Amino acid sequence: MAFAIPTISYTGKIKEVVLGKGPKAVTIGGETSYPFHFFEGDAPHAPRIAIEVYDAAPDDWADAALEPYKDVLNDPVAWAKKAVETYGAELIALQLVSTDPNGLNRSAEEAAATAKKVASAVDVPVLVWGSGSADKDAEVLRKVTEVCDGMNLVIGPIVEGNYKQVGAGAIAYKHTVAACSPIDINLAKQLNILLGNLGVPDGQLIVDPTTGGLGYGIEYTYSVMERDRMAALTQQDERLQFPLICNMAKEVWKTKEAKLKTEDAPTFGDAKKRGILMESVTAVTLLLAGADVLVMRHPEAIKLVREMIGDFKTK
Amino acid sequence: MALTGIQIFKLLPKTNCGECGVPTCLAFAMNLAAGKAELAACRFITEEAKAMLSEASAPPIRPLAIGAGENVVKIGGETVLFRHEKTFVNKPGLAMLITDGMAAAEVDARLKRFKDLKYEWVGLTLRAEMIAVKNESGDAGKFEALVKKIKTETDAALILMSDKVDAMTAAVKASADRVPLLYAATEPNCDAMAALAKENKCPLVAKADSMEKLAALSDKLSAAGVKDIVLDSGARTLRRVFEDQVFIRRAALNQKNRSLGFPTITFPCEMTGDLMKETLIASTLIAKYAGIIVLSDFQGESIFPLLVGRLNIYTDPQRPMMMQQGIYPIGNPTEDSPVLITTNFALTYFIVSGEIEASRVPSWLLIMDTEGLSVLTAWAAGKFVGDAMGQFIKKCGITEKVKHRKVCIPGFVAAVSGDLEEELGPGWEVKIGPREAAHLSAFLKMGA
Repeated sequence: MAFAIPTISYTGKIKEVVLGKGPKAVTIGGETSYPFHFFEGDAPHAPRIAIEVYDAAPDDWADAALEPYKDVLNDPVAWAKKAVETYGAELIALQLVSTDPNGLNRSAEEAAATAKKVASAVDVPVLVWGSGSADKDAEVLRKVTEVCDGMNLVIGPIVEGNYKQVGAGAIAYKHTVAACSPIDINLAKQLNILLGNLGVPDGQLIVDPTTGGLGYGIEYTYSVMERDRMAALTQQDERLQFPLICNMAKEVWKTKEAKLKTEDAPTFGDAKKRGILMESVTAVTLLLAGADVLVMRHPEAIKLVREMIGDFKTK
Repeated sequence: MALTGIQIFKLLPKTNCGECGVPTCLAFAMNLAAGKAELAACRFITEEAKAMLSEASAPPIRPLAIGAGENVVKIGGETVLFRHEKTFVNKPGLAMLITDGMAAAEVDARLKRFKDLKYEWVGLTLRAEMIAVKNESGDAGKFEALVKKIKTETDAALILMSDKVDAMTAAVKASADRVPLLYAATEPNCDAMAALAKENKCPLVAKADSMEKLAALSDKLSAAGVKDIVLDSGARTLRRVFEDQVFIRRAALNQKNRSLGFPTITFPCEMTGDLMKETLIASTLIAKYAGIIVLSDFQGESIFPLLVGRLNIYTDPQRPMMMQQGIYPIGNPTEDSPVLITTNFALTYFIVSGEIEASRVPSWLLIMDTEGLSVLTAWAAGKFVGDAMGQFIKKCGITEKVKHRKVCIPGFVAAVSGDLEEELGPGWEVKIGPREAAHLSAFLKMGA
């Protein structure tokens, strides 16, 4: 008796979004089935990994995470170039942490100038991420859209509290927006509707569901993403048919367990390998839930995850 | 499984005797339908009705147990494809491979790691619970000796791996009281393996190299009287093993395919020689449906992420993870250190304690029982409000640990500060903390 593959039928499709410009522009989305379910649907564009670049030298990173970037920590342009040239980054995620009003509180002008320098220095698409302070981001990200006119950056996180200011900038200066909602499918949908009503075209919208790190709430993100994909692909929920981005590296590496030193915690094994595995296990888990773009940090974790994406495709 | 509460109710005695623990037969029927009650709780049900109900309520994926004593690994019993649809129930067993071809020192080192690699996490102890013992030498005596040694020295739930019936017989005899899983019945040896499994009341793996053959072999074992079956589709590449897990789960749940209605066993250890990569394959199988995952080895850096990932995926989304109510010292606080209060939702605790730790300001964190609700939800539900918080602060014992009388509350519940000050009484000062945990560090450094 032949075994009939128990397929399910899908009715929806994730919209395709082009990130960046020129020959290295990247298209994401387009899936017509659940992640890696190639036996019953199509996924024309493999998930992509963006390598993080910080606009100010981090002071609290684990040694393992600092090591690959130790010669470029104070220079975001050099950092971005190294990520592309040495580690093969297909995308750069510039984290504008220095604009945090509770931190260095750098100005919107300064941040926008950095964004422009970084985006001009590399030929791959650039994601520009604010500090997460909704009010400050309204100012900073708005300025970035303007200064980087026409570069088709990805601008995020855009939240309910600042979507009008930043969204308007993205429309006027032609960028893609990353709509961020707090691990809630209804709020995600609502923000997508608001941005659509504002005039953000569908081809310029991706969704950041808010990422919890491994051991620190990843299951919430995982299930919201699975629900999102289920609604998008099987329930024709048109306002959820957008690619998903997970800004995950910072969530993994800020945990106590990723920072423990080898000698201080013998049962946790080798600190460097542990960090790499915590990051890559988080990445694989999010890919299985439906991530189209992962923001990652350690080159070896990135290499492992790229191999996994390849193996999923290989018959 | 397919029966509704009303359909089940029609088969019950309808006496509302209450002996099953709920007041009415209808309520009991609803619980049965929801999988929250056992049919055995009703002692008045007719044999005929029992047979009908057992057949209909037999779980689509058979639950079974491996091991004995404190360390029993339950697998199977899953009812959904996505955890948000209800919950995943039985975490996949994580097994370390040990073969009778390994040197004695290597075996001892592995057994030590098996015993040592345990982690405290939200009041739970995370550990891997299985050892797969492989008869690599082909020698029955060596295999039996190794099984005996591992059985004596650990509490591991065992998987016995040999295709030789004589070696398997010897090993099963030495460990039958520990209910090991036998690996594996294949087309050539299935009669003998089935007899061995039945005789010793052990679960048995059916191994084939295609879905068709696997279903046929599973049927053959069932016909031979083996009830507890575990499936190995033979896939050893990422794509195929992933697809087979999806196929088997869907066949059991969506198509009610009884031949495939069993938990699975998978072998990342046979898919790559790199422990890092193997860990990622295992993490895939944790999310997507494996019943058992056999790993080539455990190292702290590889098993810890898997244990945490497994806990996360198998957390019941219908019930929030909760912390014990109490005082949590962070970074050796003193009698002058700040006191902060938040709710006992595990995620809230994790994030808040993580940020306090990152601030390097030693602090006292008071975790109040809000039934696992987060700050805003608990406040809205009237559980994280001034009078309740005040009573908790006064009686939790913090007043004996600090000289000062200041407490910081989450910025989102700033509105309760007046009530809280009133409840606490004179001498107390309530400080409003930041709304977001991410800003705690700055808040504490400024001298909260």
